[in-house]
Amino acid sequence: MNIPELLESRRICVCAGSGGVGKTTISAVIGLGMAALGRRVCVITIDPARRLAGALGLEELGNEPRRVPAERLAGAGLEITGELWAMMLDPKATFDDFIDASAPTPERAAAVKANPIYAQLSSAVAGSQEFTAVSKLYELAGSGRFDLLVLDTPPARNALDFLDAPRRLTGFLEGRAVQALVRPTGVGVRLLSVGAAPLLAGLRRLTGVDLVSDISSFFGVLGPMTSAFSQRAGAVEALLRSEQTAFVLVASAQRESIDEALWFTDGLAARRLPFAGVVVNRFHHDLSPGPDGADPETDPGRDLAASLAELLGGHPELAARVGTAFADYHVLAARDGAQLTRLVAGLDGEPVLAVPQFDDEIGDLPALARIHAFLFGSEQERARLIATLVA
Amino acid sequence: MLDRRLIFVTGKGGVGKSTVAHAIGRLGARQGKRVIVAELAPAGSGAGIDEVQLSPGLFSIVIDPQAAMEEYLRVKAGTLGGALSHSRLFSTLAMATPGLRELLGMGKIWELAQLQRRTRDGAVYDLVVVDAPATGHGVAALRTPRVFAQTARVGPIAYQADIIASTLADPDFTAIVAVSVAEEMPVRETLSLADALAADGLGLDRVVLNQVYPERFTPAELERIRAAAGGLDPTAEALRSLRSALAAALSAQARARSQQSHARELVDRFGERLAPLPFLFCDELGDAELDRLADLLEPKLTLP
Repeated sequence: MNIPELLESRRICVCAGSGGVGKTTISAVIGLGMAALGRRVCVITIDPARRLAGALGLEELGNEPRRVPAERLAGAGLEITGELWAMMLDPKATFDDFIDASAPTPERAAAVKANPIYAQLSSAVAGSQEFTAVSKLYELAGSGRFDLLVLDTPPARNALDFLDAPRRLTGFLEGRAVQALVRPTGVGVRLLSVGAAPLLAGLRRLTGVDLVSDISSFFGVLGPMTSAFSQRAGAVEALLRSEQTAFVLVASAQRESIDEALWFTDGLAARRLPFAGVVVNRFHHDLSPGPDGADPETDPGRDLAASLAELLGGHPELAARVGTAFADYHVLAARDGAQLTRLVAGLDGEPVLAVPQFDDEIGDLPALARIHAFLFGSEQERARLIATLVA
Repeated sequence: MLDRRLIFVTGKGGVGKSTVAHAIGRLGARQGKRVIVAELAPAGSGAGIDEVQLSPGLFSIVIDPQAAMEEYLRVKAGTLGGALSHSRLFSTLAMATPGLRELLGMGKIWELAQLQRRTRDGAVYDLVVVDAPATGHGVAALRTPRVFAQTARVGPIAYQADIIASTLADPDFTAIVAVSVAEEMPVRETLSLADALAADGLGLDRVVLNQVYPERFTPAELERIRAAAGGLDPTAEALRSLRSALAAALSAQARARSQQSHARELVDRFGERLAPLPFLFCDELGDAELDRLADLLEPKLTLP
C-alpha cells in the first residue's frame, strides 16, 4: 500500500493529527507526490515552517493558491507532470470573505466586520480556524481548478477537535441562547428580546464591558446570515463524508499519539467519515537483533562489544559508547515497534505507512524527496530503503 | 525562581510542556511545598474545576473557563451571581465577551496562588505551576488581564483584572518558562514568544530546551567509526549487528549535531537562562523519569 493507491479516485485528502507530529511536512509530500503523478494539486496549510515554505519556493504565501515552480522540484529529482499549488490559510481573511459573500449588502458586511464581537468570533471563538479551513476547502473544491486538495488541518490539542469545531461554531451562532437575543422585528433594526436585557445589564455591571450595544448590533446585522453559516457547515460536512474524500491521520509512534490515532479512527467511524489510513512519522525501524540479541551467525564465542572494540582499533571505551548509542536506539525501536503493532491490531485493516526518523530535521527538498520515497514507493522499494537506514 | 508562587509554563505542541510542568511540580513538592499543577482547558470542555491530589504535596486541576465563571459568580456576586450562573444565555454572552474566557481561566489561577483563598475550603498552595496553552494562546492568556482592565476600566471584573495583571507582571510573584526543542519551528516560536512578552513588559525567566540528544563522540572518534563502518561488507549477514551498531552511533551523532545548529540561536539569546534536559531513551515517562528531570532542573531553577 502507498499514498497513490490510498488516494486513487479521491479529490480531497484531509491530513489530521495533533501538533508536533510533522503533519505539515507529510501534507506537502503527499501534495508534491500526487502532482508528480500528473494531478493538479493544491496544498492548504496554516503555518508552514520557513524552511518548508522556502523549499517549495513560497517565500510569501497568500490566502490564495500559488503555483510552486516545477523547476525547483526538478532539482531534487521530483518531476512534476501535473501542477503543484500551495496556499497558507489566513483565517481572518477567509472569514471576512465569507461575510462579504453572504451579506445581502456591502454595508451590512462592513457593519458585521466592524463589530468587536466579530473580531472575537473570527479569531478566538473555538472552531473559527477550523471553520475557515473547511470553508476554504469547500470553495476550492467547487472551483474545479484542482484534481486534488490536500488540507493540513489547523494545530489542535487533539485531532478530533477538527471534526467538531465547525459545528461548535454554528452551534454557538444558532443556539437557542443566541437566537433568544434577537427578536424578529422585521427588516433592519432588530431589538433584544425582553429576557436578554437584564442579563446584559448584569454582565455590564460585572465586567464593565458594555455588550448591550455590541451584541444587539452584531446579532442584529448577522441575524439573517446565521443560516449561511449552518448551510456552509452542512455542505462541508456532506463533502467530507463523500467518497471523494480521504482522511489520513498523521501520528508519531509514541503511546499518546497512538492512543489518539485509535481514538480518532473510532471518531471518524462514529461520524461516518471516510478514513483512508495512518502515516506514522518519525518511526525508528528495527532491523537487527540489537546489542543483547543473539546474532545467530556471529561467532558465538565473541560478544558485540569485543567485536566493536577490535573493529575500532582496540578502543574498548569508544566501543562501549558505540554500544550505548546502539542500545539507546534499540529502546526507541522496540518502543515504536510495539506501538505500531498495537495500532495495526486496533485498526480494521486500514493501511499504516511508517516514515522513519531521519537524522536531520526535515525541511529542504532532498529531505522531502526522502519522505516521498517512503510514501509513494512500493512495498519492495520501502523494504529496500529501510534496509539502508540502520545497517 | 522556585520561591515564586506562580510559574507559567508554555511552549509549542509536542515539545513536552506538560512533562516539564509536572517535573517542576514534583521539584516543588519535594522541597516541602504544597504544589498544584494547573492546566487551562478550552471553554465548554466539561473539565470542571476540581483539585485532585496526585501524591503527597502535589495536586492537579484542569480549569474550564465556564466552570471558573460559575464559581466566580457564586463567590463574588452573591444572589445576582447565583442567578446569572444558572442562565445559559448569560454563559453564552459571557463567553462571547472578548477576552473574558481567558480572563476567567487566569483569574482561577490567580485565586489558587493567593495566601487567602476565596473559595470555601480552599487550602493554600505555596506554588502554582501552570501547564499553559500552546505558545500563541499562552501569550494571549498572559496578556488578557491587562487588556481587559484597560478596555473595561470600570466594574468589579475590570478591577480584578487589574490586580491579576499586576500579579503576573510582578517578577517576585510570577515566573514564565518556555519549553522548546532544538528544531526549526519550536525555536522560532520560542524567540517570538520572548519578543511578544518583552513588548508587554514581561520577561522570560527560563527556556527549558527539552529532549537534547547527547553528543558522544569527538571528531577523531567519529572518523574512526566512519572508517570502520565503511570497511564492513554491507551484505554479510554475520556482520549485521556490527553494521547496525555503528550506524546507530553515527545517526545519534548526526541528530545531536543537527540539534546543536538549531539550538544555537537559543543559546545566544538566553545564555544562563537556558536549561537543557536530555532526551530520555525509555519506553514511557514514569515516576522515575519525572524525578530525574526534576533533579536536572533543580540547579537551573534554584538560581533567582
